[in-house]
Amino acid sequence: MAAYLLRRLWQMVPTLAGVVLLVFVLFHFFGGDPAEILGGLNASKEQIAAIRQTLGLDQPVWVQLWIFVKSILSFDFGKSWTTNEAVSHIFATRLPATLQVMVPILILDTFLALPVAMWVAYRRGSLTDRLIMVITTVALSISFLVYVIVGQYVFGFQLGWFPVQGWSDSVATNLLTYVPLPVMLAVFVGLAPQTRLYRTFFLDELGQDYVRTARAKGMQEGTVLFRHVLRNAMIPILTNIGLALPGIFVGSFLIEVFFSIPGLGREVLLAVNRSDYPVIQAVTIYLAVLTMLINLLTDLAYRVADPRVVLK
Amino acid sequence: MSAVLAAPAPDDAHQHSEGVWHAAWRRYRADRVGMVSLFIVLAFLVLIVCSSLGLVAADWQREVGVPNAPPTFMGPAPPQNNGSIETPKGPDVDLSDIDPLAPRYKEWAERAAKLKTTEQPKAQTLPLGGDRLGRDVLSKAVKGTQISVFVGVLAAVLATTIGTLFGAFGGFFGGKVGDLLEWLYNVFESIPGILLIFAFAAVLGRGIGTVVMILGLTGWTGMYRQVRAEFIKHAGREYVRSAEAIGASRLSRMFRHILPNVSHVVLVRMGLLVVGFIKAEVILSYLGLGVPVDQVSWGTMLAEAQTELILGWWWQLAAATAFMALFVTAFSLMADAARDALDPKLRGLE
Repeated sequence: MAAYLLRRLWQMVPTLAGVVLLVFVLFHFFGGDPAEILGGLNASKEQIAAIRQTLGLDQPVWVQLWIFVKSILSFDFGKSWTTNEAVSHIFATRLPATLQVMVPILILDTFLALPVAMWVAYRRGSLTDRLIMVITTVALSISFLVYVIVGQYVFGFQLGWFPVQGWSDSVATNLLTYVPLPVMLAVFVGLAPQTRLYRTFFLDELGQDYVRTARAKGMQEGTVLFRHVLRNAMIPILTNIGLALPGIFVGSFLIEVFFSIPGLGREVLLAVNRSDYPVIQAVTIYLAVLTMLINLLTDLAYRVADPRVVLK
Repeated sequence: MSAVLAAPAPDDAHQHSEGVWHAAWRRYRADRVGMVSLFIVLAFLVLIVCSSLGLVAADWQREVGVPNAPPTFMGPAPPQNNGSIETPKGPDVDLSDIDPLAPRYKEWAERAAKLKTTEQPKAQTLPLGGDRLGRDVLSKAVKGTQISVFVGVLAAVLATTIGTLFGAFGGFFGGKVGDLLEWLYNVFESIPGILLIFAFAAVLGRGIGTVVMILGLTGWTGMYRQVRAEFIKHAGREYVRSAEAIGASRLSRMFRHILPNVSHVVLVRMGLLVVGFIKAEVILSYLGLGVPVDQVSWGTMLAEAQTELILGWWWQLAAATAFMALFVTAFSLMADAARDALDPKLRGLE
């Protein structure tokens, strides 16, 4: 186990190096000149040259790459170019808001989609099944944007059940007043694709021989479904949740922008709009690391779900 | 493929075995949902071709109606009371002896009559309503369809090209080349998709061409993975080894022998990409990272619709949503039917 973990961590090194290289190349060769972005329109030549020297832009590419790598390893990405806020501080203060919205979304999505998908797969071919498939197809073809615009208008503006947008410092207030509407809309939108996907997993399992055997032994349908089918379908489902997990740290950009939630997603979008390179680079690289770690954890979780899985 | 698989045996030249595409079309035709959605997609394509040739909706930027003109079936908007002062009733008072400008009124009236411009009367209602400048929402939706579908399809072509090329080389050669491409794939996969898009958007800027580049350059990974798996499977098959035996070069084996045999996989995957990219364009345009403001797409229409809805002007939202829902639903159903027809084993799954 320990050897497996070590090897997996070791295997991350080249990928991580690739991510760093990709971000460096992208911003260094395709992005605008940082000195001119920082200096603004009225900067004199001397000022630009001075900025260039502070950032190390007058050094050869290899030295700049080394400066970049050092800043990543020391977790010191410096300050945002526009607000002068330390990048680490941006992470620390924006992440809680993102998590308060995204964790409920992920939990509700999974636990609502599982029973619906199982039920639909169980009644495969029936009218309900086909009706749900048609509804999800149409629901999926409408942009997420439309649901958010209409949902905010109807529930926030017309009916007045929830505040249209806002945020507070208290977690309890957020969870009770500001979070429900965005979470409700996101779960509603996420349900259709999740149901379709999980239905496929359950259908795969329901066609297996062991299901027929279990039924032939006279087991109750509930036992067959929940003891046998669910456990076997857990592997692809876990994979899927594992793939969705990094998303809760990025947050849903749209939701955060729409409901003015001061989370990481909105921060990155603001950074893109004002060409705030340090923030974009830091978020991209650290979230890539997080994604790799979560993938590793997902692989470990397979073993819990299925003892036959051998980690090698 | 036809050279190898469908070559008729010399003695029974009349017994052609049915080609893959022919058989797929036969199965596709039997699928009623598939046929209906195919016709809807074709109708949209005709619309898009007409619109890009300038036959329809070329004047979408003209302000033909009053601002926020309602759709025709709703009738004109009720006249608004802006709280202006009512014109006083009663006889006009003759001010000419104290008004210093009075002697010149006649002259000015004559000059005004000479310079009179013809002002186009603005329509009170438009077929699907007007936006805040009085532009026809129907024309905007048609033009927006052209741009959105164009972006989606072009980005899908770019992603498919990259994914197929990489997948073909990775799967066929393996070894060092394969490792390098796997590494590239892992790098792209480990960055959350939307962040990758934002990072590209931050350096590449805005514009229709840029959106296509961003989506294509970040969206090739799934295609690569699938094509690679197919190439690994096919590379060892007998027909490929026969091709090698008769002296077919590596490139010829890859692209003349294997590629046609996996092209249905590529095609089905590309259908999914188109739908995904159309949706992504809408969101990027809404966030201000996509189609520029002097162009129109479903995304920019929805971005305008947000503020309009609060004021009760719902028609732009409805038009953009309806066009998008109809096209994307038809396209997804068509892609599903095409997948079932090309690969009958998969029918019923998902």
